[in-house]
Amino acid sequence: MRVTVDRDRCVASGQCAVIAPAVFDQGEEDGLVVVLDHAPSPEQKPELEEAAFVCPARAIALE
Amino acid sequence: MKDPAPAQLAEPFPWPRYPFDPPELYAWLRRERPVTRVHLRNGQPVWLVTRYDDVRAILADPRASADLSKEGFPQFGFRPAGAHERPFLRMDPPEHTVFRRLLAKSFLAKRMQAMRPRIQQLADDTIDAMLAAPDRTADLVTSLALPVPSTVLSWILGVPAEDRDFFNEETQHLLNRENTGDPGAQERALRAGKSLRVYLTGLLEARESRAEAGEDILGMLVTASRDGSITRQDAVNTAMVLIVAGHDTTANMVAVGTLLLLHHPDQMAVLRAEPELMPQAVEEMLRFLTVVHLVVLRVATEDIEIGSMVIPAGEGIVPLNFSANRDDAHYPDADCFDVRRSCRDHVAFGYGVHQCLGQPLARVELEVVFGTLLRRLPELRLAVPFEDIPFKLFSQINGVSALPVTW
Ligand code: HEM
Ligand code: SF4
Repeated sequence: MRVTVDRDRCVASGQCAVIAPAVFDQGEEDGLVVVLDHAPSPEQKPELEEAAFVCPARAIALE
Repeated sequence: MKDPAPAQLAEPFPWPRYPFDPPELYAWLRRERPVTRVHLRNGQPVWLVTRYDDVRAILADPRASADLSKEGFPQFGFRPAGAHERPFLRMDPPEHTVFRRLLAKSFLAKRMQAMRPRIQQLADDTIDAMLAAPDRTADLVTSLALPVPSTVLSWILGVPAEDRDFFNEETQHLLNRENTGDPGAQERALRAGKSLRVYLTGLLEARESRAEAGEDILGMLVTASRDGSITRQDAVNTAMVLIVAGHDTTANMVAVGTLLLLHHPDQMAVLRAEPELMPQAVEEMLRFLTVVHLVVLRVATEDIEIGSMVIPAGEGIVPLNFSANRDDAHYPDADCFDVRRSCRDHVAFGYGVHQCLGQPLARVELEVVFGTLLRRLPELRLAVPFEDIPFKLFSQINGVSALPVTW
């Protein structure tokens, strides 16, 4: 799977980093999303889909 | 066959709700008229949006403005006390973005989770004080629900420990305004708003004269006003909006959440037996109760087509998160409270660019407080009949003004 994020849209809610901590983190200074793993394993699909759906800024795309 | 429109639809909005449930009309609207125009008490027309998908669509739509100075913004008659100036909650990007980015650092999810041991200690100390009551009864609102969030706010803002009693007392008065119809309380709330503004202005000034502004929120605000990204007035308004947004919300959630558990002994037993369910139970309580209900307001800046309707530019919108969270099309059996449900996608914290900034903190506070109550008070129960609980059925935030309990 491939994960891309749009940091310009991100509003630093932190939801993705809590739902899928292996893949997302927040920047220490600005709270914006940081992708830790751009090509996570397919087992992580459920969390990633949840994070993408929950994201209030619709900033997460999965392929 | 279509049901006839209930007579209540013609009555001014908001309609009365129930202790734990939204007005019945919301369910009818979701089914028959998901986007509908009604009138507020002052005669202003507003559009109610009731379905989960539509509520999220509106809250993610840049044409649905949160700017309260725009013509047509829903006017419920009560402004958040203390927020005389327009807080960033009521601004649009890019103006809003400045504040959101500035504060994001102070609300990092990891940072909030790292506060858990300190919040646990606070919950334990607060409950110790409550348990000292010789007659084994207490009002859970004043003895637990209010002091915990206001103390946590004082920490993150950077209020000095010696001022904490003053701060807790004033914030409680500030929030008392709509809990009672009592004009004395209203007047005291106004005074509390003024005294907190004066106090915060003084704290900010004192920080300005120091070389190191500090790492807490007041420090960040001083740094930002020094480098010119915000004004001193903005700094005071921002501190005030955090107090208003972070206190009453969490406090009501603690009080009504406890009452909800007491009302569902089976669910409370599940949580006592499986405390690891607490994080998801908190999400379910947030969804089910949606305490911050009539705060999420918008105005259309262009015509917005939604479903088969068009909300015209210049008219107010009330995206009903309480209705969205009870939408059976998204949550099967949505009116059933079930701590085993998984529902992190609820809209109790809103959605879109204004989604609650304090949510990671609120989650930690709620998990700790409910967890501690269940663990330490196995005999917790109401001290009065359920019917005698003073619910705030018309206020902007759902809650109770007192919760007499015994153990
Ligand atoms: C259970 C507790 C809470 C609930 C249910 C809640 C709910 C909400 C909701 C629904 C909004 C969105 C308003 C809108 O879209 O117009 C919001 C925004 C906000 N909340 Fe919370 N809140 C809670 C606790 C807190 C706490 C503890 C803080 C801070 C200490 C906080 C700070 C804020 C701020 C600053 C905003 C405005 C964000 C923005 O406009 O970008 N909230 N909250
Ligand atoms: S969930 Fe969305 S808005 Fe929140 S931090 Fe992640 S990317 Fe940003």
